[in-house]
Formats: sequence, structure tokens, C-alpha cells
Amino acid sequence: MAGSILGNRVLRKEDPKFLTTGGVYVDDLNNEPLLVGALHATFVRSTVAHANILSIDISEALESPGVVAVYTAEDLGLEPVAATFNPTAKRTLLATGKVRYVGEPVAVVLTQLANQGEDAAEKVIIDYDMLDVLVDIEQAMTSTTLIYEECGSNVVFDSTALGMPDNTGDAMFADCEVVVKGRFVNQRVAPCPLEVRGSAAAWDKDGRLIQWLSTQHAQGARDAIQKSNGIELDQLRVITPDVGGGFGAKIGAYPEEMLLGVIAKKAGKPVRWTETRSESMTALGHGRAQIQYVTIGGTKAGKVTAYQMHVLQDSGAWVDIGAILAPFMTRPMASGVYDIPKIEIRTTSVATNTTPVVAYRGAGRPEATAAVERAMDMFAAEIGKDPAEVRRMNLIPKFLEPHSTAIGQTYDVGDYEESLNRVLAASDYTKLRAEQAARRASGSVKQLGIGVSVYVEITAGNSPGESAKIEITQDGRAVVYTGTSPHGQGHVTSWAMIASDTTGIPMDKIDVVWGDTDLVPKGGGTMGSRSLQQGGVAVHVAAGELVEQARKHAARLLEANEEDVIFDKAAAAFHVAGTPAVAKSWADLSIALAQDGGLVQETDYVSQGATFPFGAHVSVVEVDTETGQVKMLRHVACDDAGKVLNPLLLEGQIHGGIAQGAAQALLEEVRYDTDGNPITSNLADYAFISAAELPSFEVIHMETPTPRNPLGAKGIGESGTIGSTPAVQSAVVDALAHLGVRHIDMPTTPQRVWEEIRKHTAKGNS
Amino acid sequence: MKVNITVNGQPTEHDVEPRTLLVHYIRETLKLTGTNVGCDTSSCGACTVHLNGEAVKSCTILAAQADGCSVTTIEGMSKDGVMHPMQQAFMENHGLQCGFCTPGMVMAAVSLLKENANPTEDDIRIGLEGNLCRCTGYHNIVQSVLAAAKK
Repeated sequence: MAGSILGNRVLRKEDPKFLTTGGVYVDDLNNEPLLVGALHATFVRSTVAHANILSIDISEALESPGVVAVYTAEDLGLEPVAATFNPTAKRTLLATGKVRYVGEPVAVVLTQLANQGEDAAEKVIIDYDMLDVLVDIEQAMTSTTLIYEECGSNVVFDSTALGMPDNTGDAMFADCEVVVKGRFVNQRVAPCPLEVRGSAAAWDKDGRLIQWLSTQHAQGARDAIQKSNGIELDQLRVITPDVGGGFGAKIGAYPEEMLLGVIAKKAGKPVRWTETRSESMTALGHGRAQIQYVTIGGTKAGKVTAYQMHVLQDSGAWVDIGAILAPFMTRPMASGVYDIPKIEIRTTSVATNTTPVVAYRGAGRPEATAAVERAMDMFAAEIGKDPAEVRRMNLIPKFLEPHSTAIGQTYDVGDYEESLNRVLAASDYTKLRAEQAARRASGSVKQLGIGVSVYVEITAGNSPGESAKIEITQDGRAVVYTGTSPHGQGHVTSWAMIASDTTGIPMDKIDVVWGDTDLVPKGGGTMGSRSLQQGGVAVHVAAGELVEQARKHAARLLEANEEDVIFDKAAAAFHVAGTPAVAKSWADLSIALAQDGGLVQETDYVSQGATFPFGAHVSVVEVDTETGQVKMLRHVACDDAGKVLNPLLLEGQIHGGIAQGAAQALLEEVRYDTDGNPITSNLADYAFISAAELPSFEVIHMETPTPRNPLGAKGIGESGTIGSTPAVQSAVVDALAHLGVRHIDMPTTPQRVWEEIRKHTAKGNS
Repeated sequence: MKVNITVNGQPTEHDVEPRTLLVHYIRETLKLTGTNVGCDTSSCGACTVHLNGEAVKSCTILAAQADGCSVTTIEGMSKDGVMHPMQQAFMENHGLQCGFCTPGMVMAAVSLLKENANPTEDDIRIGLEGNLCRCTGYHNIVQSVLAAAKK
């Protein structure tokens, strides 16, 4: 696009603030008049995983310094609410009757000062009658101990109940020459946005609830908060300050957030709440948490003909979105980039006495890709062929018209082999294999592992579209209102680029507004890699319509025919053909329309369907065979997100995604003991990946535009995670393949790797 | 108890509880909210500031221990509206996304270059091990510090 700003490495408009004074996160709101005199809320949380509540004694807590009030569910008159995804399951937002996981909120303490809350919360005495604890998914599936008695089972969601066919078992593989089975644990991880959850609530003089919230989706949170407060939509305003990361875990509103207005009303004072990291690790939703039973079959030559998987999804102690990611995200993407004629996928979601599972970067797709990529590696190992070549043999050939897979998913466009070719070339795959062979031959302690993954994912699948509004101010600035909700993605820059490209208004004269439900009542938020392809496209469409609207006004002011009015983008002004000296600028038009509601264009962009970003990754690791220590040496990624708006931001998304994928593959895991006590509940115990454990990344560009939106853009927020997780895991396994190792569950910690080495070398010695 | 701490070149004097952490003095008493709190185990480094010119996690120090000292926070890094070379490098290299770790990361990086003016990539990665970021995968943070070292 000659002369277009689109596609350029444009630096972020939002950065100077973050770099000089810092963002204004919810805990930084010191200048809100409505929050003057706010009390501080501290939630009293269950310290046990599963128990009946016999009594709650708040008397001692009430005597604690600074305490203004202590409320239980009874004090707040809370009624049970049904889970969205399984209405039979019900809970109150503060626990009543029983607690179901460590960290579940049971009561709330209000104090004058923030630092008085923890002391007081410890003095709320809850008498528990302990119940059997279910941490293990498979144990929970068959246990007679029920986490939600009313459900009659701990299976809270099953794909067969949706009419999706059950698996037929081994019969499916009768005609296969080679059949390989695996049980893969896609472990529970913690999303860990650097900013924990926080909110503040105040009722204004008109009886409206104003709530500030660290969220990815103010409009969705508003709807949940409206219900919990029993008010009308227009009695509520949700405002999103800067948000320090979300990664899917800040999509929905949590019980604490749904209750803050109720608490403020009862107390008659505004209330602030910020959780601690230790609370966050047990009360912010977790991600992944699947056990996958996989069978893959095909010919000895390497053609995969059948693939079957039963996914056991840990739902945690609630039926949140984590319960439905397996049937609706993992299942349809299960065969990924491969042309597999026969496929069967069943998913079973199970409640356990653990933190509820929610969306986490990729949300169901990384799990699908990890399973099929591991299966592909094990199949290749079984027939003794190179894993990259076996993949190539099975890839869906390049397609530029929609392609439907055996499971029933229809992809937009794809050229998987090209992404594989690029990443193999960039990594110098042949040379890497030669170096690996040399190290094996020499018996080096530092063995080289090479992992390959090819993936396709679905983005913006369940999202109908997005709205955008552009308003021209009388000084000629543009204000873009978007229903997306940036929390690191850089929409202030991207949306300004898009609006500028069409209107000619310079980027520094374009402001972007989001996340305030009074200013932006409609919006789908930022999640599922949807923002650019829906929110960005909505801005693009709105800008185009704005120019056409403005042309009409200019024609009237210039007393000319509309078709004779030229829009000079470089000058950001309208003039009659041949007389550029007499022009109407955006400011002129805005002023002229001041009495008629101003110059505003609002657009509802309707999605033309999901898009399917794809790519290939090669990861290179070194495994110390004496200690099991894994060092990541290189990571090469080719992610095709369609037409690229801003390569700088695209790369940033890929980098972050790779790191989170590598973190899952190598280090991170949320763990519980058998009593349901979390043992990774702070950042000292949870192996949050740091700079020292990662290499720099090699990002290879590839652009296959989607025909499904006018910008040709697909999602990029999650691709890096989806491609990297199996590549890194496979690299670790591959380093030990010569010992006969076929699989190591994630995280591939030194202990696990060392045990696997010992198991296989001991076998060899005996 | 009373503490006297020079913060970003300005003398400050306040009565604080003895248990007050330096980060709470900065954020709550002085209302300088650029310095963030990201954990409760001194793991994340979001609260990194300079104490007498050296990077410290301000959640590991009592305000009382900083009595008589000089503290610099992110708000004190730009001069006359011009960003510090490290801040500029982070902007030019897309070294930040959500911005929450950024102030601490910048303060740690400035201190790192003070100790080692020409760090290798590994030096930077090891030097910033105590500052966690969830958005960038550290790639562009490392690039930012390398770029700042060249300035």
C-alpha cells in the first residue's frame, strides 16, 4: 500500500506515559473524588479445599484495629447463582454451606487502612467439617464424593451430552499398520499477569454504581456486576484504568468484583480492593489443566489415517469457561494442520477441589496442538522417520478457498508447508540434525534436542463483530471509541494508525477511548486474538464511512456536487476538483456541524467468520544428561497472521507468546498436595519464567491474508504460545530420543528429565 | 517514627509506622504510583527503585532503613521532559507492553549498565533475572538494554 502508514514499524503512542510516570492501574487511583474516604476490602478465604462450614465467628475480627465491618454471605443476603455453563451447579459469591477450594472467598473485612485488612481477616474464625478432597481429575470422575451434589456427578460438562459423537475405541484403528498411544498431561498453569486483580466501587449521589476494574472486557463485566447488584444497566458504569496484563484470566468478572458494589452499598462508603499475589495465585483462574488420552494410527510409510483423543478437562471448583474450552476449542482444532481422514474427539470436564479453570492465552487451542504434535512425534519415532518429514507428508496442502476437516471445522486459508519450509531453512535444520548426530556419537553430556511444531489455530471464532465510533473535535482531532480493551497490545497506536491511514489526520491528533461503559456501551473486549481483525477492522470501516459522510457535508459547504468533491488525504481536507485552495478541513466540518450533533461516525462491523492463523516453530535445547537440566538455545518461529499492521507490535505478541509457551513446556506448573493445599501459591514457589531461562527469539515473517476481513488480518495474540509449547517440549524429548525416550510430560523439569534419563540408561545397562 | 528521605531530588519528611516498607512510603505516603507492587515475596522486581544510586526492590526495605538516603523512582528519571536514554531505548525497541513491570525493569536496567557498561546478552538476562515480565518474553527488553548500552 504505497503511501500508507499501515505495515510500518510505528512506535507506540502510549509508551511515554508508562515509561515516565507509570501507568495508572486501579490501585493507583488517588485522584478520584468518588473514592475519597474509601474503605479497604480484604476477603477471608477458605484455607481448606473441601469442607462443610459449621460456623463463622467474626467477633474477634471486629475488634481488630481499623475494622469497620465484616460481612458474610448471610449479611449481604446472597442467594445461590447458577454456573453459566452448567446451570445445575450453584454457589453463592461468598461461600455458604461448604467451601470447595483453597482461596474461595468466604467473608469480607472492611478496614480504614489497606494494611489492617490481612491482620483482621486472620481473626475470622471459620469452623469446618472436613470432606474428602478431590484434586486428581480421574479420581474425581468416578468418586462418590460430589463437589456439587446437585449435579449428581463431578462430570460437569461432556461433549457427548452436546450431541457430539462418542469415541469408538480401538475399532477405529483396525486397518492401521502402526498405532501409537499416549497419555499426555497438559498441566495446570497460572496466568500471572504482573498486575493482580483490583477494583474500586462507589455509589454516586444519583444512586449509580461506578466501578473501576482491572479487566479485559468492561462491557462483559458490567453485565455480570449489574446482575449481582440487582440494578438496571444504566445504573452502572464500569471504568477500565490501565490494566497490567490479563492473558485471558481477566475476561470475566470474579465473585470479589461482582460483590464490591454490594459491599460498598452495605457499608455506605466507597470500597477499594487489591488482592495480594498469594491470593491471586489461588483466586485468579488457572489455565490448561487437561489429561489427554491419544491414539494415532497410519501406515509404516508415514501417512496418518486415524486420530482419536479423549480429553479430560479439569474444571476446578466451578463451571467457568475452562469447562467448555475442551469441547468448543480443543475438539474442533484437534487435527490441526494435518489431513487426517478419520478423527474422533470426546471431551469430559470434571470438577475438582482446585481453583476454577478459565481462559489462558490460547485457551483450548494450545492443548489441541500440543496433543497432536506429541502424537505426530511419537508416530514418527515409531516408524523411524524424521518428525519434520512425517509432518510434511501429512499436512493439508496449500488452500486459498475454505477447507473443511474431518472433525467439521472450516479453515479460511493456509499454506502450512511453506511455514514449515521457512522455519526449517531459517533454523538450518539439516545442520542441527548433523550436530545432534555428532554429539550423540561422541557421547557428550550436553545432548542437543530439536523440536518441530506446525500449528493452526482459530481466532475470533465466537465473536459476532465489533463496534467503533470516530468523533471529530472542533480542533480537528479524532477520538476513536473502541469496544476492544488493550492491556499491553497497543491499540492506542494501532487504531490511530488505521484511522490516520483513511482520514489523513496525523496519529498524534488521534485519541483512543476504551473500557468505559458510559463512553463505549457496546464492546467485545480483548481476548481470543480478536482485536485487530474485528475492533481494528471496525475502526477501518468507520473511518471510511466517516470520509464519505464528511464528503457530503463538504459538498454542501462548498456548494458543489458530492461527486466533484475530492478528499485530499495528505492535506486531510476536502475541496472541489481543480480548486484545492478552497478546502474544508476536518476542523471546519466539525465546527460547521456543531449544532447538528457534530461530526461522528459509528459503525457496527459484523464478522465474516473466524480466521485461522498458522505457522511452524523450531526449538533447540541442550539437555545435560547428568543433571537433567534443560537450556533453551534457540527458538525460530514463523507465524502467519495474515496482513500485518505493525510488525513491531506483531513481533512483541509473538515474543511474549513464545515465552509463555516455553514456560509451560519447561518450568511452570500449579501444584496441590493431596489435601488440596496449593504448594505453588506465590512467585517464589511458582516457577514464573525469567529472562535468564530464555534465549532471544528468531521471528520469520509470512503473510497469507485472510479474505474474511478488509484488512486481511488474522489474530496474533496467542499464536506464539500455541506453536512454541509443543516445539520446546518436543525438543527436550528429542534430545533423549536416542536413549529410547518417547515422551516427557510438561513441565520438563530437571527432576523429570533426569528420572527419564535414569530409567532409560538403567534399562540399557541391565 | 519520623523519616527523612530525599526522593527524586526533593527532601521528604513523614511520620511512618516502623513496619512501613519503602514501597508503601513511595506509593501511599508520597503518592508516586509509578513504582508498582507485583508480588509479596520479593520475586517480581516491579517495585525496583534506586537507593543511593543502586537498584533495590523497595519491598525488601523498610522506609526507616532509607532514612537519610536518596531514592530515585521512575518519576525521577526524565529530566526537563527528556527521557533517560534507557527510557528512550525501551520506547524505540518496544520493550514494554502492559507497562506494569516497566518502571522496575527500567530502574534495574539502568543500575545494571552502571555496573557493566558493555554487557553481553547473557549478562543482561542474568542481571534482570529478578525482574519478571509476562508480556514481552524479555526479547525486546534485552534489545532495549543492549541499545541503551550503545547510546
